Amino acid sequence: MQDQLDHLSRSVTAGKMTRREFMGKAAALGVSAVVAGNLYSTAADAAGPVRGGLLKVGRGGGGSTDTLDPATVASELPITNVTTFGERLVETSAEGTIDPRIAESVESSADAKTWTFKIRKGVEFHNGKTVTAEDVLRTMERHSNEDSKSGALGLLRGIESMKADGDNFIVNLATGNADLPYLLSDYHLVIQPDGGFDSPAAGIGAGAYEVVADEPGVRHQFKKFANYWDDNRGFADEVETIVLNDATARTAALQSGQVHMIDRVEPKIAKLLDRAPNLHVKNVAGPGHYVFVMHVDTAPFNENELRLALKYAINRQEMVDKILRGYGGLGNDMPINAAYPLFDDSIPQRTYDVAKAAEHYKKSGHDGSPIILRVADGAFPGAVDAAALFQQSAQAAGIPLEIKREPNDGYWSEVWNAQPFCASYWSGRPVQDQMYSTAYLSSADWNDTRWKRESFDAQILAARAEVDPAKRKEIYSQLGRTLRDEGGVICPMFNDFVDAISDKVGGYAVDPNSPLMNNAAQIKCWLKA
Amino acid sequence: MKNIPISAQIGLFFTGIYFFMAIFAPLIAPYGVGEIVGDVWEPASSSYLLGTDNIGRDLLSRMIYGGRTTIFIATAGTLLSFVIGSILGFFAAVVGGWADQLLSRFVDLIMSIPTLIFALVVLSVMPVTIPILIVVMGLLDSTRVYRLARAVAVDISVMEYVEAARLRGEKTGWIIFREILPNALSPLIAEMGLRFIFMVLFVSTLSFLGLGVQPPEADWGGIVKENKEGIVYGIPAALIPAFAIATLAISVNLVADWVLNRTTSLKGGRG
Amino acid sequence: MHPVIALVAQRFVLGLLLLFAASALIFAGTMILPGDVAQSILGQSATPEALENMRRELGLNEPALQRYFSWLFNALQGDLGTALTNGRDIAESISKRLGNTLFLAFWAALISVPLAIFLGLLAVRYKDRWPDKLISAVTLASISIPEFLIGYVLMFFISVRLGWFPSVAMVNDSMSILERLNAIALPVTVLTLVVLAHMMRMTRAAILNVMQSAYIETAELKGLSSFKVIYRHAFPNAIAPIVNVVMLNLAYLVVGVVVIEVVFVYPGMGQYLVDHVSKRDVPVVQACGLIFAAVYIGLNMLADIISILANPRLRHPK
Repeated sequence: MQDQLDHLSRSVTAGKMTRREFMGKAAALGVSAVVAGNLYSTAADAAGPVRGGLLKVGRGGGGSTDTLDPATVASELPITNVTTFGERLVETSAEGTIDPRIAESVESSADAKTWTFKIRKGVEFHNGKTVTAEDVLRTMERHSNEDSKSGALGLLRGIESMKADGDNFIVNLATGNADLPYLLSDYHLVIQPDGGFDSPAAGIGAGAYEVVADEPGVRHQFKKFANYWDDNRGFADEVETIVLNDATARTAALQSGQVHMIDRVEPKIAKLLDRAPNLHVKNVAGPGHYVFVMHVDTAPFNENELRLALKYAINRQEMVDKILRGYGGLGNDMPINAAYPLFDDSIPQRTYDVAKAAEHYKKSGHDGSPIILRVADGAFPGAVDAAALFQQSAQAAGIPLEIKREPNDGYWSEVWNAQPFCASYWSGRPVQDQMYSTAYLSSADWNDTRWKRESFDAQILAARAEVDPAKRKEIYSQLGRTLRDEGGVICPMFNDFVDAISDKVGGYAVDPNSPLMNNAAQIKCWLKA
Repeated sequence: MKNIPISAQIGLFFTGIYFFMAIFAPLIAPYGVGEIVGDVWEPASSSYLLGTDNIGRDLLSRMIYGGRTTIFIATAGTLLSFVIGSILGFFAAVVGGWADQLLSRFVDLIMSIPTLIFALVVLSVMPVTIPILIVVMGLLDSTRVYRLARAVAVDISVMEYVEAARLRGEKTGWIIFREILPNALSPLIAEMGLRFIFMVLFVSTLSFLGLGVQPPEADWGGIVKENKEGIVYGIPAALIPAFAIATLAISVNLVADWVLNRTTSLKGGRG
Repeated sequence: MHPVIALVAQRFVLGLLLLFAASALIFAGTMILPGDVAQSILGQSATPEALENMRRELGLNEPALQRYFSWLFNALQGDLGTALTNGRDIAESISKRLGNTLFLAFWAALISVPLAIFLGLLAVRYKDRWPDKLISAVTLASISIPEFLIGYVLMFFISVRLGWFPSVAMVNDSMSILERLNAIALPVTVLTLVVLAHMMRMTRAAILNVMQSAYIETAELKGLSSFKVIYRHAFPNAIAPIVNVVMLNLAYLVVGVVVIEVVFVYPGMGQYLVDHVSKRDVPVVQACGLIFAAVYIGLNMLADIISILANPRLRHPK
């Protein structure tokens, strides 16, 4: 098979084959879409990277309140900035493996309780200092100490002790966790000199680019860091991230050549945009999902028959077709899909079934008063439309759903995780354990379905410490099935990340972790000569 | 009818049609307002005269129901703001002194707060229902009307005929309604036509903030917003409601212009 | 003291009082707003400990009244404090944004106000003939189409298809004045279209209102050309309502252009305010609110004073 793939790749390099043909043939060989897409890109870019130029990235999710402090970044544009100037210990690759970065190698004890990260030599911060194990330790301390306001605080909670030992950074866990490197690949955990204690928002890191101009909500400019250690990144001389929050403004800026790449292309116009000359729309299935969440401890949602009725009353295929325009996959009322390692694809897909919905609704003994679903467009793109579709499909089963549109402003603090039935978005996590621990553990901070079961908790913890992949997969499969049949989450769809890039950009490869190559396209791509 | 100029006839015709459709919406609309009938953004066909919208609802039906919401809220809001704003404005101008200062400064104060903050605060502490929406919008807008009404009335209230009325010992109410109102009508009516449009646009701004009418109900501005991604690719679903707002605006103002002419001729000028 | 000067002085003091009242009202408003700065900053994935740490650091656990007065006291000394969200100096951030907003508003006003008044006069001159009708219809259409729609359409035809002006109207310090004007060409066009109709129609209506007066007839009988009659005799007497509407629109150009800023990615005050409102960054919202209130009250005062000066009867009360 490898020979055939090589042959295909050579045809692409020679300009004999289009992307569509290549993808079709690669799929026939049983290669997954992500791998095939990236093979195509590599082949098409065989001319090799070009250095120099100013690469401009237009992105949504920026605001004048943004900061360069890695501990408090939360939306995509600030994450992109942090990724541009900073370097992490390890990264999660597009294929779901761990890429060593500042850590040269990662080793764990057999029980997955003690982890040793060997620090790479000769990596330099922008202020001229060399990166040491001490800097790594201080960084992790800043994100996990008592005063921390870091978004990564929850991830680091299982750490019992950390120490720097010569070139090694050593972590001891209270209970074993086979996924620790994935947790440490979190975008907040950018290594800063002395952990960034004195000036967290100074924008000094060990990344490919130095900060030149920082104008929150407008633009951020970077120039290549001369002493950057990795020759395979940082091809452009300068990088600029431009805040383009309006979807139409983003596409217009790309089409008129004012930026080279954009994220969050509206699914509704993606096909229309792809027809425009000199640019390509790229999409990749990811772990992010659009959901409607019910509090399982609040009436009427404490009645599983009613939850099932609502789950059968939602038309998932129609939502993927109309809200995502095919740029996404079906949800199955659990937070996991094929983007995760150890996913069990034998769990049956739930479909829209008016008869079953009506039957469960009758069994639930609901009094027929309207069931209020709270939504805002800020919950996920198209949330209000999705709710309107849900209302219509539920009506067909005789379930009285009433939509209440809430202001975008304040939605995440006033409605989500506060009201018993509302729309929400989960960006997904690199591994199943992290997804379940974040939202479905009794003690989880963001248990937005109020799902509290001791047996479920025990299974999550058992899977975390389990080192045999087959057994682990079995436990995750059970967790998924339980949530699907009894949980408070109605998951109609998983959204693709849809990017668009100009013809001038080389080196683009899809990455299912986050849009625009896990927010790193600006350091991995180059401008063709 | 013969005396009505052609432009006013056009205005009356369109305004009439829109109001008629608004009142009899359930009888005219071929489908329900939230009913999913087809695919996304289908072109116009015999079953969907204007095509379908961004999630496959019949656009014509949504336009008819949306017109109902838009016209009703905008009309009620405009009337409310004019009644409150102009009466208080005239009152302040005629009475003058401390009452004038107090009212004017209070209005200045309200107007000086950015509307966004104002709308968010007010509507976040009150339930969003259509009557409350109308009252809030009417009150916010009445501050603008107040300023104009007062400015016009101050000029009039120093005229000889008002002085004369005062010397005759007429009551304030009489002066406001019999002397000031007829002479201040033209700028007020011109303003009313425009305020009506602003009100239509304001409803859609509110639904954009998540404070307007609740889905699946529709308003014209909201339909534009729902379909806005398609604008630049020539998808008619976004352009039709915008066209409807524009024609409604022009026809209402054509009528306003006609009324304006009639009121100026009523004043005994040469017309 | 001359009564006019006394009046102006009185309005000025009142303006200051009003500004103070407005600051209190804005503060109270931001207190009522549901939501919490710590939650907004850290987003959906924050933990309760992180939130509590953030609140403590930001001083959110102190009583509101105390925070308000210490802020006001500092503001009077020119210190607007630092943003809760990213720790930047507010005065510095705002001065840049305000400069951009005023730049955009200035050019939009420079084009739209004279144009509106001229079109208004023209419409009166050719009342009920085709120029009047044409001006009316075009301005009405432009005002009644949502502004973002005009923005998108211009963006696609002028910048994507024709490539004349950039769709991203970003300005920064390193740009020359010509580059800046090139950058803001599209937003200025849209803003002009948006505010034109209101001012033009008020000019037309107000002048028509005084056209019936006896002195206009006298002027016409003197044999003056009709445009001169309108311009010299009718316009000055119709100035009060016109100035009021112009003022409202100028205030709109400074305060209300959020949508245009978002569509054209222009770094002005509106977007700055909205970003901070949604993060519940109270000091910034207050500072912006105060500046907007000051702009508004200032313009308002100006309109009142001009109205008084323009009306001889008010100028010389009997």
